[in-house]
Amino acid sequence: MGHSHAPKKKGLLMDYLTTVDHKKIGILYFVAGGIFFLLGGLEALLLRIQLIVPNNTFLNGATFNEIMTMHGTTMIFLAAMPLLFGLMNAVLPLQIGARDVAFPFLNSLGFWMFFFGGVLVNCSWFLGGSPDAGWTAYPPLSVSFSGFSLDFYALGLQIAGIGTLIGGINFLATIVNMRAPGMTFMRMPLFTWTSFVTSALILFAFPAVTVGLVLLSFDRLFSANFFNVANGGNEIIWQHLFWIFGHPEVYILILPAFGVISDVISTFSKKRLFGYSSMVFATVLIGFLGFMVWAHHMFTVGMGPVANALFGISTMLIAIPTGIKIFNWLFTMWGGQIRFTTANLWAVGFIPTFVIGGMTGVMLAAPAADYQYHDTYFVVAHFHYVIVGGMVFGIFSGLYYWWPKMFGRMLNETLGKWNFWFFFIGFHLTFFPQHFLGLMGMQRRIFTFFPNQGLDFGNLISTIGAFGMTIGTIIFLINIAVTNSKPKNAPADPWDGRTLEWAVPSPPPEYNFKQTPQVRGYDALWVEKMAGNKGMIPAEPLGHIHMPSGSILPFIMSVGLFIASFGLMYEKVPVAIIGALITLFCMLLRSLIDDPGYHIDPTEEKGVEA
Amino acid sequence: MVFVFVVVMIIFTYVLVRYRKRPGQEGIPKQVEGSHTLEIIWTTIPIILLIVIAIPTVSTTFALAKNYWDDPDAIKVKVTAHQFWWEFEYPDLGVATAQDLHIPVGKKIALQISSKDVIHSFWVPALAGKMDANPGNINQFWLQADKPGVFKGKCAELCGYSHALMDFKVIAEDQAAFDKWIAGMKAAESAQAPTSNQLGQQVYAQNCLACHAIGNQGGKVGPNLTDFGNRQTIAGYLDHNADELKRWISNPDEIKAGAKVKMPAFGDKLKPEEMDALVDYLMGLKVAQ
Repeated sequence: MGHSHAPKKKGLLMDYLTTVDHKKIGILYFVAGGIFFLLGGLEALLLRIQLIVPNNTFLNGATFNEIMTMHGTTMIFLAAMPLLFGLMNAVLPLQIGARDVAFPFLNSLGFWMFFFGGVLVNCSWFLGGSPDAGWTAYPPLSVSFSGFSLDFYALGLQIAGIGTLIGGINFLATIVNMRAPGMTFMRMPLFTWTSFVTSALILFAFPAVTVGLVLLSFDRLFSANFFNVANGGNEIIWQHLFWIFGHPEVYILILPAFGVISDVISTFSKKRLFGYSSMVFATVLIGFLGFMVWAHHMFTVGMGPVANALFGISTMLIAIPTGIKIFNWLFTMWGGQIRFTTANLWAVGFIPTFVIGGMTGVMLAAPAADYQYHDTYFVVAHFHYVIVGGMVFGIFSGLYYWWPKMFGRMLNETLGKWNFWFFFIGFHLTFFPQHFLGLMGMQRRIFTFFPNQGLDFGNLISTIGAFGMTIGTIIFLINIAVTNSKPKNAPADPWDGRTLEWAVPSPPPEYNFKQTPQVRGYDALWVEKMAGNKGMIPAEPLGHIHMPSGSILPFIMSVGLFIASFGLMYEKVPVAIIGALITLFCMLLRSLIDDPGYHIDPTEEKGVEA
Repeated sequence: MVFVFVVVMIIFTYVLVRYRKRPGQEGIPKQVEGSHTLEIIWTTIPIILLIVIAIPTVSTTFALAKNYWDDPDAIKVKVTAHQFWWEFEYPDLGVATAQDLHIPVGKKIALQISSKDVIHSFWVPALAGKMDANPGNINQFWLQADKPGVFKGKCAELCGYSHALMDFKVIAEDQAAFDKWIAGMKAAESAQAPTSNQLGQQVYAQNCLACHAIGNQGGKVGPNLTDFGNRQTIAGYLDHNADELKRWISNPDEIKAGAKVKMPAFGDKLKPEEMDALVDYLMGLKVAQ
């Protein structure tokens, strides 16, 4: 054991800048994703204030388009994705009995790429205005009809996208290779399964948007003609590339939430998940079908009836596995002892909300009907029901459920319930009327609407609801602050958990499991509990644990690309080259330096049980 | 749909009420693995429901995609979207207009939709669904009005700053009125437009004609103004009166900002009496009705 010395103690900032520990990276994702979530929420609030009354002049069309674009871009790429990665990082290795992810260095690199990509997009606010062509950025509006700001979109998302792709590959490799002995695929908790399918979707979907963004960047930076009709390009190609990524992206977001809900409902009903294998099957099927349906975003593009009909039918098929999931959740609760903790409130509230979102999805899937719904507030309502009512509820549920595991403190349950009810009621007030606004002819992305079209009341209610969601979110922030002032005394297993993460202390030591556990069935910890064991049976003798060293390189590599982007945007070639060289040099260093890591002797650490 | 929702909600409510953890409740509930019968039921029923929905979906999709362009009975209109206005051309009838689409009641209107700049989407909610207006290609579409009236039209695809203001109108009238309107439009083309407002016509010829045609004379950069006096709105959404028109001509960018091809502001270029004469002249441009 030549390297069994622990690394030097670092300051908090340096510790987080260099960390390769999945638990700390998870926290980084939460902090960064949380800040972007608040930013996106603030943008949403400004949009709703503008639309509170007809002919409002709070924002003009230009500012509205910027805020509307940034709301969508921020929420999807910079809030939803990292918050999910946060949950996956914090929980997934624990759930499969691993000491870390497969590639800890890559994990850190993925985070910093996402972070600097997100910062780059948001720099636009201070450098001449932000992107304004919608989060979908359809050319030609996003090329020759928009200013400089779209460069921030194209390059920022490219960098953030690299980060996401790296993260997805890492989790795939982790789940395939790092499972504890006995943790077969069909014994993995549902959250691990859904994260697995999500990672596979990332692997196949993100390259499409990468290609799209490269073409867009070339059109913008170097006056290429990929989307320029006048010179033989075709602007529709962007829409295909974008949605080949964009639709699986929806399932990338929602599947991990399905996983959270499955674990939470099962735990708080004190019952095994009903129909585990069909839940897994449904997850995989949703992931597979998710790639067959992208053109349902394009029914009105003029693809013709054959394509429209085919994509319509394939979209409807997704209702089947989704229905399977809903019924399995209901029957998991059937016959159980349901505890309405805050985590479970979010999970239970998710069900009716998601059913509504799913039904409007089937309605939208019929091309003939979509000719009316398309690009109206009906669509806006639909996708907020699935993304907020689905994914955000799932994330909140996961946060309340796993908070003690991540931070060693229990979130306050009373504040949590206020948080839930304000957000839940606010959510429905905001988005339910939008279905009707859409049916009455209100297009999406309009900065103002005219009176006497029957749109006034619905918009007013919708804005009031948005304030309800805001209050809910503020209560959550207060909850975090209050919780942080309390002692760090969360037990290892506060919820009577069923899965492996509850077998280690809260928060877990940096090596997670003192001894890798032997898994003897689905709901690994529950199996041991039923067998009368106190904890997991170890699969290995107690010994030195090999740990990867921290590294500042991922941070610097991301900074390099960040600098290079500015060089490209401002047409300062030397700056672009310097930035790229910084990144390449870090890659060289990473390849040349032989880093053996270090070892921890768990027997030396006191007060740690595993 | 509603039926499915009700079924789910009944089970949902029953479960939540019946299986709450009660105070003092002990023991561990039966750990059920699942049920093949139930799984088959809730897989099969949705499949049947979807087949039921799919059949009309496919047939309607094909019906809506029918191409009436070669139908001799259909009225053909070429729709061209611009930031932020709509151009309508009747190729068979030799007439062009903008913003107000006149159609006869009860006839199929075959549309060829395209765009001059960015992607727009043609939408008349009460008469038909949407069809995107893509630069560089033509989409076939059709609509039909079964009763006379003025129907609102909108742009449904984000097209820039003034996307929200890109409204238009569809005026459905009986065949006789439509024929009369077409005849009036055609007459306007051949006439050298004798007018009582000589100054207005002169200001128009000097400042506006290069972009705005009357009849078939003049530029095609901006909307054709042949029947301008009978338009429903100024700029697609303002009241149709002289004050609004004056406001528009004085500074169009204040009313509909952000177009790449901008109409210049004439507020400082025209003397007040020229402006008044021009407005008066434009409001008087009416084909026989």
